Amino acid sequence: MTATIEPEVGRARPRKEDARLVTGRTRWTDNLTVPGLLHLAFLRSPVAHAKITSIDVEAARRAPGVVAVFTGRDIADAQGSLPCAWPVTADQVAPAAPSLAVDQVNFAGEAVAVVVARGKAEAHDALEAIDVDYDELPVVLDLRAAIAEDADVVHPDLGTNRSAHWVFDSAEAGTGGDVEQAIAEAEVLIERTYRQQRLIPAFMEPRSVLVDPTGEQTTVWSATQIPHILRLMLALTTGVPEHKLRVIAPDVGGGFGGKLQVTPEEVVALVVATRLGKPVKWTESRSESLLSAHHGRDQLQRLTLAARRDGTVTGLKVDLLADMGAYLRLVTPGVPILGAFMFNAIYKFPAYRFACTNVFTTKTPTDAYRGAGRPEATFAIERLMDELAAELGRDPIELREQNWIKHDEFPFTTVCGLEYDSGNYEAATARAKELFGYDELRAEQRERRDRGDSVQLGIGTSTFTEMCGLAPSRVLGSLSYGAGGWEHAAIRMLPSGKVEVVTGSSAHGQGHETAWSQIVADQLGVPFEDVEVLHGDTQSSPKGLDTYGSRSLTVGAMAVLKAGEKVIRKARRVAAHMMECAEDDLEFTGGRFTVRGTERSTGITEVALAVFAAHDLPDGVEPSLDSAATFDPDNFSFPHGTHLCAVEVDTETGFVKIRKYVCVDDVGVVVNPVIVEGQVHGGLAQGIAQALYEEAVHDESGTLTTGTFADYLLPSAVDLPHFDTDRTETPSTTNQLGVKGVGEAGTIASTPAVVNAVVDAVRHFGVDDIQMPCTPMRVWTAINGGPTDAGGPGGEAGGGLGSIDSTGGAL
Amino acid sequence: MIPAAFDYTAPSTVEDAVRALAESGEDAKVIAGGQSLIPVLRMRLAAPTTLVDIGRVPELRGIRDDGDELVIGATTTHYEVQRDPLVRVHAPLLRAATDTVADPQVRHRGTFGGALVHADPAGDLLAPTLALDAELVLHGPAGRRTVAAADFFTDYFTTALRQDELLVAVRIPKHTGWGAHYEKFSRVAQAWSIVAVAVAVRVEGGVIAEARVALTNMSAVPVRADAVERALVGSPATAESIKAAAAHAAEGTSPTADGDADVAYRQHLARVLTSRAVTAAVGA
Ligand SMILES: Cc1cc2nc3c(=O)[nH]c(=O)nc-3n(C[C@H](O)[C@H](O)[C@H](O)COP(=O)(O)OP(=O)(O)OC[C@H]3O[C@@H](n4cnc5c(N)ncnc54)[C@H](O)[C@@H]3O)c2cc1C
Repeated sequence: MTATIEPEVGRARPRKEDARLVTGRTRWTDNLTVPGLLHLAFLRSPVAHAKITSIDVEAARRAPGVVAVFTGRDIADAQGSLPCAWPVTADQVAPAAPSLAVDQVNFAGEAVAVVVARGKAEAHDALEAIDVDYDELPVVLDLRAAIAEDADVVHPDLGTNRSAHWVFDSAEAGTGGDVEQAIAEAEVLIERTYRQQRLIPAFMEPRSVLVDPTGEQTTVWSATQIPHILRLMLALTTGVPEHKLRVIAPDVGGGFGGKLQVTPEEVVALVVATRLGKPVKWTESRSESLLSAHHGRDQLQRLTLAARRDGTVTGLKVDLLADMGAYLRLVTPGVPILGAFMFNAIYKFPAYRFACTNVFTTKTPTDAYRGAGRPEATFAIERLMDELAAELGRDPIELREQNWIKHDEFPFTTVCGLEYDSGNYEAATARAKELFGYDELRAEQRERRDRGDSVQLGIGTSTFTEMCGLAPSRVLGSLSYGAGGWEHAAIRMLPSGKVEVVTGSSAHGQGHETAWSQIVADQLGVPFEDVEVLHGDTQSSPKGLDTYGSRSLTVGAMAVLKAGEKVIRKARRVAAHMMECAEDDLEFTGGRFTVRGTERSTGITEVALAVFAAHDLPDGVEPSLDSAATFDPDNFSFPHGTHLCAVEVDTETGFVKIRKYVCVDDVGVVVNPVIVEGQVHGGLAQGIAQALYEEAVHDESGTLTTGTFADYLLPSAVDLPHFDTDRTETPSTTNQLGVKGVGEAGTIASTPAVVNAVVDAVRHFGVDDIQMPCTPMRVWTAINGGPTDAGGPGGEAGGGLGSIDSTGGAL
Repeated sequence: MIPAAFDYTAPSTVEDAVRALAESGEDAKVIAGGQSLIPVLRMRLAAPTTLVDIGRVPELRGIRDDGDELVIGATTTHYEVQRDPLVRVHAPLLRAATDTVADPQVRHRGTFGGALVHADPAGDLLAPTLALDAELVLHGPAGRRTVAAADFFTDYFTTALRQDELLVAVRIPKHTGWGAHYEKFSRVAQAWSIVAVAVAVRVEGGVIAEARVALTNMSAVPVRADAVERALVGSPATAESIKAAAAHAAEGTSPTADGDADVAYRQHLARVLTSRAVTAAVGA
């Protein structure tokens, strides 16, 4: 009878998608095949900056199994320029971005030719037969050098490496005071330069695309986060009409922003398939992925924090250089700008100025990576707050509390003009301190310090917030973003009482199928198992803006909820007709319409069947309960939390071991605690990895030296501590569900907590910064009075897999 | 990441394997566990015309007791070395080092012989082999010869093995009753050594009677820390004397610089890790 007894929302359900993902009972893009499929292999530039003086593909064309070979020149008319949807300023300069380089290569790894062959191996074999002559140009690698007077330029036609200069000033915006005045009047100034090293998203499933042009519509399967955006952008870029394109994102194995892209390979696959009239597929290797898929972060942050001696912060000035890499990809220039609103974080800064210069270099383009702009901002402010505490001899948590927005001050309009709807920093922090054993660990730290122990303990804090739920369309408009921030959903009531939910969100590991089912099961009063979630195919889910920026639950699920409300409204009318009562007499709970004060009731599934039969409907009612909704949020949501990290630093070797990690996140109402926990764990792993392990390194010739997982260090479970996680729950007031988003929280919060802990452990050696990743050598060097950025690209070969190529291996 | 095409043969005896190598000429390559070779092939850093797979030669695999020595067949996997009772008793250092190699998947396929022939200076099994004064048995068209570990490793990824020879076994003098420890330093758990130290010691009445110390990744080849050994022998097994001896660990080394460690830091690590390794071995 009643479908759901216990509410589904809040239930720790195992994810319904996991069985097929974990057992491999699904098809990833690379598993797919169609009759007559041909395979692509890309030849990539080994040099970072050069004129292409000639490309000879004749031998490759004659190689066994080869069907065609194309250079950039061959497809110059069809490939268009890769789209950038976010011109951050009116005077932003940007180069044309061919998918296959035509005259010039601008980063090592840029594609210069593509081989089409019957077999994948044959395609790869033929690459070796292509002969390219490069006339090398000077490389542009260093951000500061790139904007110097006499700098070599990446794109000579632009005449500069500065793409855009974007400024927010609270005095000019009327949202706060003048930061220069705050600095002039400051009793304490903390001035620092921090480096956000370049990272690689390192999703698990490599990128893959299959294009079949043989139908009336051309079908593109891609391991992408953004099937809807991809469809539109492919149409705009290549001229293939939008209605002739169908894009499918099958199960996708992670993205972290790395698949929030319209890639050169997708464009080339479409162009080549169209030209040959044959289906083609491309799947990258891991090293191809590390080299050529977009990278993340890479900023130099010059920061000035003004404060009074009593610890009250009075101003914050942020001056960024952001590395675009060689081209502007889909949202490249906007990533640092997303951070602009987050440097002030949870604190009541009266004056704020943010300026960012976007800079071209001869490196792989950067773009969104988990957090996109916000981790960089959070790192900067949370490191500065610890530095201010150290400068004033204050407890870092107490100092934060003095400056943060109190729970009774919400809603609070920040110095950036954002309205934070809700939050309770006191509650999350109190819980985190308790779980952490803060006072005991501080006591141990003192004891080890007094004893001169070779292992020193450090404690790091990060009380972060972030803006999720991208985004109110009007805000995106004011930031010159090329699209809105709404999301679409539809609900179909099937005659048998089952429900199909169509969502424009495009899950690639997040668990939307489970969460959306839980929400709809509660709303319509149907069993969880009776809900099927359809997504990722522009044919079944024709409208959407896809998944990134922790937007799916706050925007995508809200659209689902809105569609559900329409279904109930339609069903109510029919139910009233069936039970011969007024609509107002009906109450809807647990999937049933009950006539108030009576036992008479009708289930929504019975209504669905009656509507299907359509034998007896009220006049003017169309025979369908199906409904669609497009939801545009009024505001962002603002998850927050307190992360505390204790590290042990072996001062003899510089090795950092995380001793304890506690986080108490407030992500609002929780639909499924298992999913939230999973997102937090994964996020922590990535944020901790930025602090301690990961860095994409280029040598002085612009070659990526961290081109395999032997060199680009990802931590495994063994390297990470047990995570003590808990939550406080302050519902968001900007959406009906009260949800805030959790996809990026762990990544955003954890990096500064770890680095703060490392610096805290060795501060008594005179250390106030260590550049990320805090490698053992950097920590040891800093302890011993050396620079904080020791290491970097090595001149000679060391051992291990990564050294094989520089020595010719064992051969 | 697809290797260039190659021919493949899988002989079942050492003689056939050596013949196959000789017949295939310069561009033939032995494949054992493939854990180092396959990445090289996939990245097309090498394109041998023929692979001679020695994984199906029974006599190359297994561990036996031969009087004063253990004989470990070249294709014995890391996993088998880890589990072997003879190794545990007579060559605990080798077991300790093997425990730190890669992950279970790699240890089930990778072979002891393959690791030694590959001769990666950061590989973890070279230093223990050197420390234990092992001998490597090589088989070529002209028959067998034996090379001391000290003479086997000649340069980065380079050994005394000739193109037409096979490593068939490693003879390790028994170190029964010795304390042993392998101290490996790497940034994450599953990674090659930045520096590592292999130590075996025999303590008699609180005094170090014999000591074998070798270093991983401190030169193009594994190096014996002679000065440390000399300082240890005859010293009491105390923290102070161990530390004093370990201070000699970097003498005569010529490590490379890379992103993880410059020369000075590597030499510093060698001293710190040697002290820790000897301390652990003495206590073991
Ligand atoms: C992910 C990963 C992590 C690793 N981590 C570590 C680590 O932490 N520490 C470490 O020490 N090693 C590590 N390794 C390397 C591992 O130990 C390899 O197993 C070993 O280096 C090679 O053994 P193999 O049997 O696989 O040799 P193969 O790859 O088959 O061969 C390697 C080389 O030796 C030659 N060869 C092999 N056997 C013989 C023989 N009997 N006679 C003549 N020539 C021969 C081959 O021709 C080739 O040149 C790692 C490997 C991987 C893939």
